[in-house]
Amino acid sequence: MQRSLTIDPEKCTGCLQCEMACSFENEGNFNPAKSRIKVFTFHEEGRFVPYTCTQCDEAWCMQACPVDAIKMNFTTGAMEVNEQTCVGCKVCTIACPFGTVNYNVDTGKVVKCDLCGGDPACATACPTQAITYVDASATGLDKMRAWASKTDNAQATT
Amino acid sequence: MKHLIIGAGPAGVVAAETLRKLDENASITILGDEPEPPYSRMAIPYLLIDNIDEQGTYLRKDQDYFKRQNIDVVVGRAESLDPVNKTVKVAEGDSLPYDKLLVATGSRPIKPPVPGIDHEKVTSCWTLEDARKITSGIQQGTPVVLIGAGFIGCIILEALVSAGADLTVVEMGNRMVPRMLDEKCGSMLEAWCQNKGVNVMTSTTVTAIEPKGDGVLVKTSDGNEVEAELVISAAGVKPNADFLEGSDVKLVDGGIEIDEFMQSSMDGVYAAGDVAYGRDFSTGEFGIQAIQPTAVDHARLAANNMHKHGSIRHRGSVLMNVLDTMGLISASYGQWEGVEGGDSAELLDENNFRYIQLQFDQDRLVGANTLGMTQHVGVLRGLIQGKFHLGHWKQKLMNNPLLLMEAYLAATQAS
Amino acid sequence: MTWTKKVLRVNLTEGSVNEEPLNMDWAAEYIGQRGLATRYMVAETDPDCDALGPDNKLIFATGPLTGTAVSTAGRYSVITKSPLTGAIACSNSGGFLGAELKSAGWDMIIFEGKSPSPVMLNIINENAELVPADDLWGKSVWETDKLIHEKSGDPQTRVAAVGRSAEAGCLYSAIINDLHRAAGRSGVGTVMASKNLKAVAVRGTRGVGNIKDPARFMKSVAEEKQVLAENAVTGQGLPALGTQVLMNVINEIGALPAKNMQLSQFEGAHNISGEAMLEPRKSDGKPNLTTNAACFGCTIACGRISTVDRTHFSIENKPEYWGNSGGLEYEAAWAMGADTGVDDLDAVTYVNFVCNEDGMDPISFGATVAAAMELYEKGVITKEQTDGVELKFGSAEALVWCAERVATGEGFGADLGLGSKRLCEKYGHPELSMTVKGQEFPAYDPRGIQGMGLTYATSNRGACHLRSYTVASEVLGIPEKTDPAVTEGKAGLVKAFQDATAAVDSMGLCVFTTFAWTLDNMAPQMDAACEGDWTVDRLVEAGERIWNLERDYNIKAGLSGADDNLPERLLKEASKAAPTEGQVCNLDQMLPEYYQLRGWTADGQVTDEVRQKFSLPG
Repeated sequence: MQRSLTIDPEKCTGCLQCEMACSFENEGNFNPAKSRIKVFTFHEEGRFVPYTCTQCDEAWCMQACPVDAIKMNFTTGAMEVNEQTCVGCKVCTIACPFGTVNYNVDTGKVVKCDLCGGDPACATACPTQAITYVDASATGLDKMRAWASKTDNAQATT
Repeated sequence: MKHLIIGAGPAGVVAAETLRKLDENASITILGDEPEPPYSRMAIPYLLIDNIDEQGTYLRKDQDYFKRQNIDVVVGRAESLDPVNKTVKVAEGDSLPYDKLLVATGSRPIKPPVPGIDHEKVTSCWTLEDARKITSGIQQGTPVVLIGAGFIGCIILEALVSAGADLTVVEMGNRMVPRMLDEKCGSMLEAWCQNKGVNVMTSTTVTAIEPKGDGVLVKTSDGNEVEAELVISAAGVKPNADFLEGSDVKLVDGGIEIDEFMQSSMDGVYAAGDVAYGRDFSTGEFGIQAIQPTAVDHARLAANNMHKHGSIRHRGSVLMNVLDTMGLISASYGQWEGVEGGDSAELLDENNFRYIQLQFDQDRLVGANTLGMTQHVGVLRGLIQGKFHLGHWKQKLMNNPLLLMEAYLAATQAS
Repeated sequence: MTWTKKVLRVNLTEGSVNEEPLNMDWAAEYIGQRGLATRYMVAETDPDCDALGPDNKLIFATGPLTGTAVSTAGRYSVITKSPLTGAIACSNSGGFLGAELKSAGWDMIIFEGKSPSPVMLNIINENAELVPADDLWGKSVWETDKLIHEKSGDPQTRVAAVGRSAEAGCLYSAIINDLHRAAGRSGVGTVMASKNLKAVAVRGTRGVGNIKDPARFMKSVAEEKQVLAENAVTGQGLPALGTQVLMNVINEIGALPAKNMQLSQFEGAHNISGEAMLEPRKSDGKPNLTTNAACFGCTIACGRISTVDRTHFSIENKPEYWGNSGGLEYEAAWAMGADTGVDDLDAVTYVNFVCNEDGMDPISFGATVAAAMELYEKGVITKEQTDGVELKFGSAEALVWCAERVATGEGFGADLGLGSKRLCEKYGHPELSMTVKGQEFPAYDPRGIQGMGLTYATSNRGACHLRSYTVASEVLGIPEKTDPAVTEGKAGLVKAFQDATAAVDSMGLCVFTTFAWTLDNMAPQMDAACEGDWTVDRLVEAGERIWNLERDYNIKAGLSGADDNLPERLLKEASKAAPTEGQVCNLDQMLPEYYQLRGWTADGQVTDEVRQKFSLPG
């Protein structure tokens, strides 16, 4: 069974442990600015919302890539950026309707969540289980994926 | 079932792949008119700066990929269509039969009507062959004139400058990239380029190109004359549909008119990508978008309908573009020029070359321009295409357009 | 390492901004943050200087662990000479600014001199510049934060600012960062305003790295996070109820001071407790508490995010206060609640908002209002001073009125801005001021918790619970239970807590971790991260060195053993609360032993032996 990141904003305290874990795993230092998961703060509402790639079925980023640099890892289900192949054209960054593929000016490549190859550091670091890595069929994921359908430019007729 | 796809660009390849997924047994042939394996023009700028080799531009990296997918890739140029016998005549070759035909021939550069444009020192920047010609023609200090500061012109600026070109850009619009960026954005981009030593002349046209010594003399509408050893013409593109002229396939503005199932006026003939006169998501109107994400959208939908006509309806593609001009990144979405009666919001930081402009129709986002932004830009697509009612978040965005992600999360996660 | 090894020196007189290397020899001895910045203060300032004059300096300092994944490691401190106490001030704050500063590449910022006109400091990574802030002067912290964000456009910009109270000269003004985290005590905000420095805005995207042994570090961090998670206080009590978990606990043992510390229990304690913050309101069915919230990197998340009842008199016509903001911490709830006799949770929450909005230390503010109320009830202060407001214990209206006056410094607000000591002196009743070295007490009655008496008396920044939180041992049994009523052993306990806390602060960690952690849990994380060998012993030694350095500064600033004292009330007027009835604080039984354990003279001077032992300067 494939697993996926499930996010429960109700449990988030905004501590940014996930952002630190992500940046450390991927960039080698503690740098929330370079994290692939972001916690958004809604101050007046008193709410924190962690947010990252849902590895959506539509895979807009993968489809938009002109050089085949984004591929699905069939073990984890993650769309992964191959840094060697990525030319840095950024088409995926505008094609991803969730805003979760971003351009890294320092490397000239794009970055996105790759589920850390199957052991996502953010979920491990989260102290409140706001971010968990669970069976893909678990509740919550469907809701997140439902966002994707709102962006589909196609409409099935059957 | 025989599927024939004319064009080996992203639309052609994605359509072929989609067809293969839908039908293991179908015969699928891609006909392309360049000798290289299918490659991406989007990657050419990165080839020019040596970030990648030619192989790095290939749409699919694995040498045997198409063979393994059982997709025939044939080199040759389509010359004409025989709808009665359902064949396509290939220049200097046989005719290829089809049951369903996809025209994904893309576009080609426009040659501006300037005396001397056919001089051997003038080249376009469109194919790998052009790229080879440009790289070999520029050394340190080579005077180069670029005609057109559109998308293509801008995206190769860095390559030209880093190769050593002493560069002059002549753009007839009043700003750079006028078809993608608003006045502020285009003007800031111009200032950026000037700062980097590029001579940018806007509201100017090239009136003549005359031989001079080993090079040419480029004359402009403001009475200037610029010597150049190389002239790159990047004055726009037009659809590659000439071979259909005189056929029953209806063309509009040179593109192939398609319906919501991506089919042309002729049964069994579909079109996708730059050549297709397709539906725009924002306006509902038809036109030519000529951008990578749209080409891929079209291809996917066309393939589905070629496999089973009527299976998926095209609701239109969102116009979107991203451009890296010597390190300054700009993007545009949808109705970035605004809509009548709609509100707009902007945030401008001229010193740091940062800008964002949002266009609203009532409380929905319909378009945007950004400059100098690299984080979460895609969410603009999500907001536009999701047609989310922003409610009180519209006012928050009016106050600070950078709260895009927050607005998106508020719109989508409201429980 | 993990020190960035860079100091940003800002000369406000000249308007110059310069980078210089961090003194790593000092870092090896004083760690960072509180300790290291104090070392800079000792080296660069005359302890006798006017705290509000251009010769005083103001240091924003992070610790070596600030900005790393160690739980709670997001903190910074502001170190300066206090205008309230005349002693060294070190006010520690959470939120996100500290980590942001570190991520921008700076260990500390040293502000010196005084700007001729209002300015703010803008930091984006290595780029720092002073920019005019005339448009921000006269604005609250919240407005300032909003205007700076509108200008930067970047929601991730972190802002620290002073409010109108500091501009008006209130002596206990705080520096507020991230809207409701405070470098709260001792008037550090007043010093900032005296320099015409309105705000500091920071954006850091370089990250914090150079971990000495990354694999060992991450393993240690994960293990110690688990320790916090499994501890009843840090894993359950603090996340659920915040520090307000203490209100009922301390009241029940008869150690909750009330009504300017006349009493040791408060009848309305439950109404302003953490439990009460969870109870649905009548008006809208929502509780006061919306959620708990964490500071940077903190896996405890004791922070409170609250709303005030929209129908409450304090805000019914003020929609700008209808949203969520930083809710009540225990000390604030005590000072503005129990000590003023007010048990109206909404009023106290609203006044807490005002303290954040205009940068007042809620402890000093509440305690000063309490003193004013006692003066009023004694007939010393009259309606003439209060514009007709009845300044009586228990009056929520009076409390709200006072907060709004101190926020702007108008009218009687200027008197209240003097702090309890100067207010009581002004009105001829110095004995009614519940302060040590001019700083107001926090929320533990030393008649009921003896160790806290010695803590308050000897704290290097005046009355303060955070210098040696013996409540942990005397009430909660951490690390082991001691009897709060006895004085025996408390001198050693206080010294041990003081030294350990100095080390905790200086590393950049939160003292609340010490409910679950000892230095045994911290040293491995510090050692895996930072160059040099960091053992528990070395941390304790550094902590003791820091304590002595601060003490030495204070002596040179003119303080003496005579200032290690408590108000008569706590030494002579016995508790009337049942659990602690008849008790006073027996400071005299603890202080001489404490001096002895410190190796100081009988009148509290640091000796040459101690100086040599810790290589103290000068």
